[in-house]
Amino acid sequence: MSAGVNTAVLDAHGRPIPLSERGPASTWSMISFGFWLFLLSDIVIFASLFATYAVLSNATAGGPGGGDIFELKGVFIETCCLLASSFTCGLMLIAARRRQLRQFYLWAVVTWVLGAAFIGLEVTEFSDLVAKGFGPTHSAFLSAFFTLVGTHGCHVSSGLLWLLVMMAQVATLGLRTTVVRRLFCFSLFWHALDLVWIGVFTIVYLGSLHV
Amino acid sequence: MLGKLTWAAIPFNQPIPLVTSIILVIGIVSLLALITIKGWWSYLWNEWITSTDHKRIGVMYMVLGLVMLLRGFADALMMRAQLALAQGNATGFLPPEHYDQIFSAHGTIMIFFVAMPFVIGLMNFAVPLQLGVRDVAFPVLNSVSFWLTASGVLLVNVSLVVGEFAKTGWLVYPPLSELAYSPGVGVDYYLWSLQISGLGTLLTGINFTTTILKMRAPGMSYMRMPVFCWTALASNLLIVAAFPILTATFALLLLDRYCGFHFFTPDLGGNPMMYINLIWCWGHPEVYILILPAFGVFSEVIATFSSKPLFGYHSMVVATMAICVLSFLVWLHHFFTMGASADVNAFFGIMTMVIAVPTGVKVFNWLFTMYGGSIRFTVPIHWALGFMVTFVLGGLSGVLLAVPPADFVLHNSLFLIAHFHNVIIGGVVFGVVAGYTYWFPKAFGFTLDETLGKAVFWCWFFGFYLAFMPLYVLGIMGATRRMQHYADPSWQPYMIVALGGAVLIFIGICLMVVQLWWSIRTREQRRDLTGDPWNGRTLEWGTASPPPSWNYAVEPHVNGIDAFWAVKTKNRELHKVAESRYEAEHQPHYETIHMPKRSATGFISAFFAVFLGFGLIWHIWWLVILGIIACLAVLLRQAWDMDRDQFIDAAELEDFDRRHPGLGAQR
Repeated sequence: MSAGVNTAVLDAHGRPIPLSERGPASTWSMISFGFWLFLLSDIVIFASLFATYAVLSNATAGGPGGGDIFELKGVFIETCCLLASSFTCGLMLIAARRRQLRQFYLWAVVTWVLGAAFIGLEVTEFSDLVAKGFGPTHSAFLSAFFTLVGTHGCHVSSGLLWLLVMMAQVATLGLRTTVVRRLFCFSLFWHALDLVWIGVFTIVYLGSLHV
Repeated sequence: MLGKLTWAAIPFNQPIPLVTSIILVIGIVSLLALITIKGWWSYLWNEWITSTDHKRIGVMYMVLGLVMLLRGFADALMMRAQLALAQGNATGFLPPEHYDQIFSAHGTIMIFFVAMPFVIGLMNFAVPLQLGVRDVAFPVLNSVSFWLTASGVLLVNVSLVVGEFAKTGWLVYPPLSELAYSPGVGVDYYLWSLQISGLGTLLTGINFTTTILKMRAPGMSYMRMPVFCWTALASNLLIVAAFPILTATFALLLLDRYCGFHFFTPDLGGNPMMYINLIWCWGHPEVYILILPAFGVFSEVIATFSSKPLFGYHSMVVATMAICVLSFLVWLHHFFTMGASADVNAFFGIMTMVIAVPTGVKVFNWLFTMYGGSIRFTVPIHWALGFMVTFVLGGLSGVLLAVPPADFVLHNSLFLIAHFHNVIIGGVVFGVVAGYTYWFPKAFGFTLDETLGKAVFWCWFFGFYLAFMPLYVLGIMGATRRMQHYADPSWQPYMIVALGGAVLIFIGICLMVVQLWWSIRTREQRRDLTGDPWNGRTLEWGTASPPPSWNYAVEPHVNGIDAFWAVKTKNRELHKVAESRYEAEHQPHYETIHMPKRSATGFISAFFAVFLGFGLIWHIWWLVILGIIACLAVLLRQAWDMDRDQFIDAAELEDFDRRHPGLGAQR
């Protein structure tokens, strides 16, 4: 709930009231803070998976290692799609805050298409590996690789689903404060996935070059 | 159609589970019948099940914890009875595979479904009241958290009737918990019920961290918060940082079991020790998630009943946050015998001993608070004193176990069992009961019976020492944990004494139920009309008992720690000087407020989560898909619900306050 928002910054004697003594924060501030905490907890999940990958990256059980199977060209295009989608996501949020409906839809669709392209490329990479016989059940290294990259992929996929829901929300409810706030949370989520992907790209794919 | 589920899942050939199942089913059916006959459904649905009021959710957590305490304690009694008998040629009454399920269920239930609901229940009830606000940051999410926890509880209890529970110990270590060695559904029951309830706990962590950091009454800076709120903050920060590790670890084990991955298998590069590292990266902070709020309760109780401000408030806060950070640096002491180098073991041994320093600071602060105070020997202060003696003893045996060479001798022995029961019973359970007795009159408007309360305390106190001191001795004599039978007859006397202790604790638990029943029956004589039965110090004692759904009609303003005590003292002085003038100047100004409406989202999503979990456990894939779709539908419905607030009129607030005249003098 949003309790009475105390915006007074000066006390009865005209002295500034410290931030921590001004009473309950605004709804917007609470929701974005709570969402930040959620993102942090999500990053702890990824941290566990990164640690697991680091421990198991050499446990190939006689099978291939990362350097043998990764196609860096495809991964580079994937990365470009995802980073570009973060930029267009930012443009989408600016349009939403300015209540520019058409601009919003334009950038939302572009963001969605770029995200979907990322997922498409990832699915292609996974299915190629499985077709070559290097599925996740082949070795501990492959289990860790598929789980880490796949968990990120699941996050992006649920982000795509969320974006669809948000477009439907804008269509039915308009760009009211609640909806813009949710779009703000969505963009936080989307940028956080970028951050995780940079970790994946560096540790998993670039890291494999030196193994 | 029904996956792995067949009639063989019902334990027709095992008398103990079968009889228990029948009693459980009859109990639930007759409870539901009673509710139907009495026509209580609409009351329950409107006032409790769909409630978003943090106080009611807190009470429901406590009820859940109490019910599961009975279940978990039944397991404990069976184990102690078995070990009192099964010596030499006697085999006792529990076959090994049943005994294995019992100790696994006992640990799982006591930590996840007794201690956690109790601690979260107390935080739910007290934190917003102490902060001087009207609810938590996200009330609907709070209801979702509670009902997801209840879903986990339900699934664990279903395992008693349909199928089996894990036989692998309470943390399901691989490779034993891998599909090859545990092909049944027991481990799956464990994993899915904890994944579902773990999500609920994570959401609680996010909710309460946001509440404490973003929603405090005007004037309540961080260093003016009651210590219980500080410990709740530390506990919830730990939940946000540690529970995702648990979720990830269980997800990896599930991938091993369901999809043939190789994270923890002994073959194809899997590494079982990695599971044990990961699980304790969650597991050690979990210990502090439970104990820190208990420390907070004792801080409140000791200050209140010593009629003195808490000694060393600042050092108490620093010690709490130090423990919060250090708790992430000691996980390896749970497996010194893994074979890490001496340097690694030494580091973790020393870090473990370092934690004793802030804990010691706390104990001295409590002692100095009592020193020179006028102590009232109420039930909560009994628990606090019992805690200080017992917990220090448990802490000492913990420091002993922190020495790696000693741990090599004592690990996985009954000495360890005695140690952690010493700190969990002496710390968490004592703290929870103290908090329950302390805040009960606030929640219901009447106090609990003191005489019976003291009897409960003495049963638990002596019962604990009788039950666990022999285990220290047995551990040193070489008795290991999780054994169902032993050959050495010289152990038996100790085992019989331990059983006696368990029975004494059981009497204590029964007396708790009697105390509750008796106090409800005689509630008219024990009414608390002032809202302040203990002469309390913090804000929650300044509102009515039970508090209205809005907690405070007028937002309290805070000028220091022990805010309510300060108001009472100031008023007493002002009244002496110019009573009428003060009254005139301090007429509260009422404004219309808005509160969240009740919401069925939590209950309905958790309802479908049970089916989702059941489908996953038994490989009933259509049920899984149905469960996912239903949960998403509930989520979407919530997303389009734009009518979530209700307004409470200024006149109604004023009227409530006028009907509780005791409060006006204090405000």
